[in-house]
Amino acid sequence: MSGVWEQTLRLLSLSDANVRYVLAGMMLLGLAGGVLGSFTLLRKRALIGDALAHAALPGIGIAFIVTGTKTIGVLLAGAYAAGVLGVLSLMAIRRYSRVKEDSALAIVLTVFFGVGIVILTYIQKTGKASQSGLDKFLFGQSASLIGGEVLLISAAAVILVTASILLYKEFKLLCFDPGYSSAIGFSAAWLDIILMALAVGAVVIGLQAVGVVLMAALLIIPPVTARLWTNRFGVMIVTAGALGAISGALGSYLSFLAPKMPSGPLTVLAATTLFTVSLFIAPERGLISRMLQHRSNRRRTELENSLRAAAEWLEINHRSLDTAFSPAQ
Amino acid sequence: MPEVIPLEIHDMTVAYRRRPVLWDVDLTVPESTLTGIVGPNGAGKSTLIKAALGLLPLSSGWVKFWGESYEKARQRIGYVPQRESVDWDFPVTALDVVMMGRYGRLGWIKRPGYEDRRAALKALERIGMAEYGARQISNLSGGQQQRVFLARALVQEAQIYFMDEPFAGVDASTEKAIIELLEELRREGHTVLVVHHDLNTIREYFDRLILLNMRVIASGSTTEVFTTENMRKTYGGRLTILDSLAHTMAGQARGGK
Repeated sequence: MSGVWEQTLRLLSLSDANVRYVLAGMMLLGLAGGVLGSFTLLRKRALIGDALAHAALPGIGIAFIVTGTKTIGVLLAGAYAAGVLGVLSLMAIRRYSRVKEDSALAIVLTVFFGVGIVILTYIQKTGKASQSGLDKFLFGQSASLIGGEVLLISAAAVILVTASILLYKEFKLLCFDPGYSSAIGFSAAWLDIILMALAVGAVVIGLQAVGVVLMAALLIIPPVTARLWTNRFGVMIVTAGALGAISGALGSYLSFLAPKMPSGPLTVLAATTLFTVSLFIAPERGLISRMLQHRSNRRRTELENSLRAAAEWLEINHRSLDTAFSPAQ
Repeated sequence: MPEVIPLEIHDMTVAYRRRPVLWDVDLTVPESTLTGIVGPNGAGKSTLIKAALGLLPLSSGWVKFWGESYEKARQRIGYVPQRESVDWDFPVTALDVVMMGRYGRLGWIKRPGYEDRRAALKALERIGMAEYGARQISNLSGGQQQRVFLARALVQEAQIYFMDEPFAGVDASTEKAIIELLEELRREGHTVLVVHHDLNTIREYFDRLILLNMRVIASGSTTEVFTTENMRKTYGGRLTILDSLAHTMAGQARGGK
């Protein structure tokens, strides 16, 4: 048990430079995921994050084969390119065929992921020692992040969040009413492309720490949790960003406690715990609040019904409230 | 001579997936008029509006506002989409939605300020929604939601307004508030086009009509265009509608004299 305590101290004291880096990186990518995820969720495209993350995998493999390096910048650039290709494929399927949106998502996700696994296996089989390690992109390994990598992730996260702040008004309009948006001069098609480009960025920076398979959770769970707590667009985005950052921090903490465990599932479990608690205790939209609301509605209806019955009785028996309890005339 | 016709459509054809839904539309809409766009379901009424606003590509023809393209005239054009076209469980307040009407004049990135907020509150007040600004939009009735959409178009401070079924599914008091607003807008010199369904109120509400069924069947002043013959052409074989309509029209004609 002393191991847990020591690691907790090491994390909380922030004395270790590597701990500081990883914690900051995980929080920033949680923040970016929560913010961009709010927009894609409200654009009714929550699952696109999942398709993008899976679509990025072959990019990592190809970037490695072509350049022969494991430099994170190069691999993530490959992932970004593959993610963008995934989005373009989605748009093409939607535009030129009658395949429905959900089927199109499933096609892109599975095909790209399948290709990615084939490429990674091929790299593994051709076997040089330096090649192992690409598989950490499947489930993530935050503890393995080093300074330069974290810096890159953080810089990208800051750019993504800044872009979201600048285009806040436009994205709000796009998510609520894309037709009106186009009509008043903010082309919904262009805004969608910009939003997708940013979403791919938010997904890609999480691939190393959270992994291809589960990164989408950071774009979906914190925004859904935030929506439970508020009815305001701006508040929801800030809350989702904060919840994402908290999930990232908890994920990296758990990952320090169990460095052999992949950090993706740990981060997702942290986010899911926040969601589950919120689902019960959130005001207005939470389960407990809704149950109480339902019960008080029922009580009120019962009371009203009793009063109505009493009034009818008085009327039928030609009595007023004053004479209601006197013996029958 | 300066171009004064607010809306002119010439030879416009619009197709969805290569299937034309509007053919050879030729229209001129004069200034300071209240025009009803009337026709059966699938006649292309919404399509006409969306194509005019540049939301759908044209297969042929052109649309001009005061002799200019839509892009150039955009600041002077207001739009009220169908109420059902958005998700009313979206996390915004009534005031937030109305403010969106200011975005067009703000342009990219710039945020709405005090002036915009004041304009939005004024528009809400004008449409009888002053107390509902802070209300989450899912907690509004259908009629109130429609009023919010109208307020959003009002703050655009446009000269021509396109409204897609503003009377659909609203209560009687909202219907009255809307028609009063439309008449006020026309008196102020605005041009208003409204997709409309209720044939019984056409004569009362609109001074001009566009009868539509994939083509323009007739367009012009209500008194000239709103005839049983034209309505038969527009609605085809649906005799039940036409018989009851003929009845109503006869009644209105008698009442009018």
